[in-house]
Amino acid sequence: MSALYPALAVAVVATCTLGVGALGLRRAHRASDFYVASRAVSPRWNAAAISGEYLSAASYLGVAGLILVYGLDMLWYPVGYTAGYLILLALVAAPLRRSGAYTLPDFAEIRLDSQVVRRTCSALVGVIGWLYLLPQLQGAGLTLATLTGAPGWLGGLVVCLVVLVAVYFGGMRSITFAQAFQFWLKLVALLIPAVVLVGVWHANRTAADTGYPRATQPQVVTVVARERVTLPVPTTLAIDGTLDGAPVHGRQQVAAGSHQLGAGTVIRLQRGDLLPVLADGPVTTNTSWARPFGSGRPHPLYATLSLILAICLGTMGLPHVLVRFYTNPDGRDTRRTALAVIVLLSAFYLLPTIYGALGRKYLPDLLLTGHTDATVLLLPERMLPGLPGELLGALLTAGAFAAFLSTASGLTVSVAGVLSQDVLKSRTNPVRAFRLAAVIALVVPYLLSLPSQRLGLAAVVGLAFALAAATFCPLLVLGVWWTRLTWIGALAGLLCGGTLAATAVLITVTGHARHGWWGALLAEPAAWAVPVTFSVMVLVSLATQRHRPPHVLRTMVRLHAPEGLELDRGRELRSLGQG
Amino acid sequence: MSEPGELPPVRVRISHPRLAGRPVSPVRPATQEIDEQTKLGELYVRALVQSQLRQAVLICGAALLGLVGIALAFAARPALGRARLFGMPLAWLVLGVLIYPALIGLAWLAVGRAERTERDFMTLVRRR
Repeated sequence: MSALYPALAVAVVATCTLGVGALGLRRAHRASDFYVASRAVSPRWNAAAISGEYLSAASYLGVAGLILVYGLDMLWYPVGYTAGYLILLALVAAPLRRSGAYTLPDFAEIRLDSQVVRRTCSALVGVIGWLYLLPQLQGAGLTLATLTGAPGWLGGLVVCLVVLVAVYFGGMRSITFAQAFQFWLKLVALLIPAVVLVGVWHANRTAADTGYPRATQPQVVTVVARERVTLPVPTTLAIDGTLDGAPVHGRQQVAAGSHQLGAGTVIRLQRGDLLPVLADGPVTTNTSWARPFGSGRPHPLYATLSLILAICLGTMGLPHVLVRFYTNPDGRDTRRTALAVIVLLSAFYLLPTIYGALGRKYLPDLLLTGHTDATVLLLPERMLPGLPGELLGALLTAGAFAAFLSTASGLTVSVAGVLSQDVLKSRTNPVRAFRLAAVIALVVPYLLSLPSQRLGLAAVVGLAFALAAATFCPLLVLGVWWTRLTWIGALAGLLCGGTLAATAVLITVTGHARHGWWGALLAEPAAWAVPVTFSVMVLVSLATQRHRPPHVLRTMVRLHAPEGLELDRGRELRSLGQG
Repeated sequence: MSEPGELPPVRVRISHPRLAGRPVSPVRPATQEIDEQTKLGELYVRALVQSQLRQAVLICGAALLGLVGIALAFAARPALGRARLFGMPLAWLVLGVLIYPALIGLAWLAVGRAERTERDFMTLVRRR
């Protein structure tokens, strides 16, 4: 495969991002330009920018890969990403904009008047932001490595550099325009190949395969490191290397069940060969794959319900999502922007499903190689060998880089905003502090992304959602609607929810506790961690009513009264908006 | 402007004789009640927050119940998972396509209702 077209696509996207950003750059001088684009972005630009920022590597690449492996149940991911926006719109969007805060810690301070809660929130923003940045950088590395054979560290580095240049010079104003551009690029880049590929599929349609996935073409797969694989039924495979510790050579009978392949083992697949599936993936027939709860995961109903809850409630707690609302002029526009975002997301999320379903049919060998996050990128070439496939692949690469760049820049701005205000504060002038913080915000996750872990992109993002749902969601919902929340209650809830969700995430990520109910509960912690956090916040607040902030009614006026009324809304936290 | 040396004109208050002795109106603007955090002002704020919360809970409840309901329906009736509609598997059609217009509809409803509540509140506050 030629590395020229994908490399060209990446260069074009990077240049356009910086070019479009430069349009907004001319006016980025004041601190408020950097933080909130001077609150002067029109709803249409803002909606496209929000969508552009929200549709990350997980949406663009990860969802299709998950669908290829697990099937129908994974459609809940994009549904949840969209429904989460609806919950955000209904519950917190306008009050948060009206609060006048810029970051989550700002909101905590305005509402609860507590520096301790503020600092706890800052730490959580950092953790969630970095947890979310990690898969973006890994995805960039994977994309470049898959399509051009470049070393794995290069893609992440390219993303870091472009984001740093854009953020460094222009802050929020610059990236708003760049992100709006990136949304449309992502949509078109995914739409055109999808239409072509569906046409190709329709033209050579064959009867649907109902059995276990089989190789669709002759292919040589080399096992890089020692792997465990599973075969659903006995079969014959051509294997050169070590199988279950014994040297093997040539075509031979392999029993059903779990097997170990040694490093360097080569499997020569013939068309129609039964595919061994990596042991951490499920072994399902295509029939079961296409049905509800047929994903082969333990306790699929619980996992599905908990996932819906995590994503729906976690969306409002993502640091880069919140920051965006402060670029709207008022609460009413914030809601209208959120509605437009839901329309744009709905249009986008029709597409990953197509790639996932076609991937199951044309790229089942990814179940053996484990590179399922590359489904979207590899599909055109597999279905349309030759130049047309390569060109479509390059277009998809461009879209993928737009996804990494837009989400990474949004997260960088959010994390840098918190770092510069709460960690580096008053050390230097605000613009310089912001730039220094941006560098720190990117370098840390980049270094963490280097020891490559084979965790699915959408899975890591799912963990970030679970953590956000178990911490910031209760804080925001109770803070906006319940006058009796005290800082002690909020702090207890944040610490409790954060500890529970983070522990569950760590146990899952490190690969302990996989089976049975415990595994299911730990893999999808939202269903129990969110109610626990809510209860802790409510109960502790009720026990500490003496510590209610004195101006809570004034704050409620500020959060809920329409801007058209001339009312005393209490003090401004700082003068960012006036710049 | 008056010429130098000339006395400034004397200010004379002219009012209707029947209004002159009347005490200052006890009806104060609602915004002032809210600003001064009187009992009445607190009532206004609570009424606004509660009506907004009712709308929000209604929309979120509808969305979450809808999603959870779909999942439970598929779990309770496996036949639904096998059903086909227009040549497509029903489950894929619902989760991949049809659910999105429904979410957009709910979002549209949420925006409309929230804006109406705010308009009503503004009329209420300004009426006095």
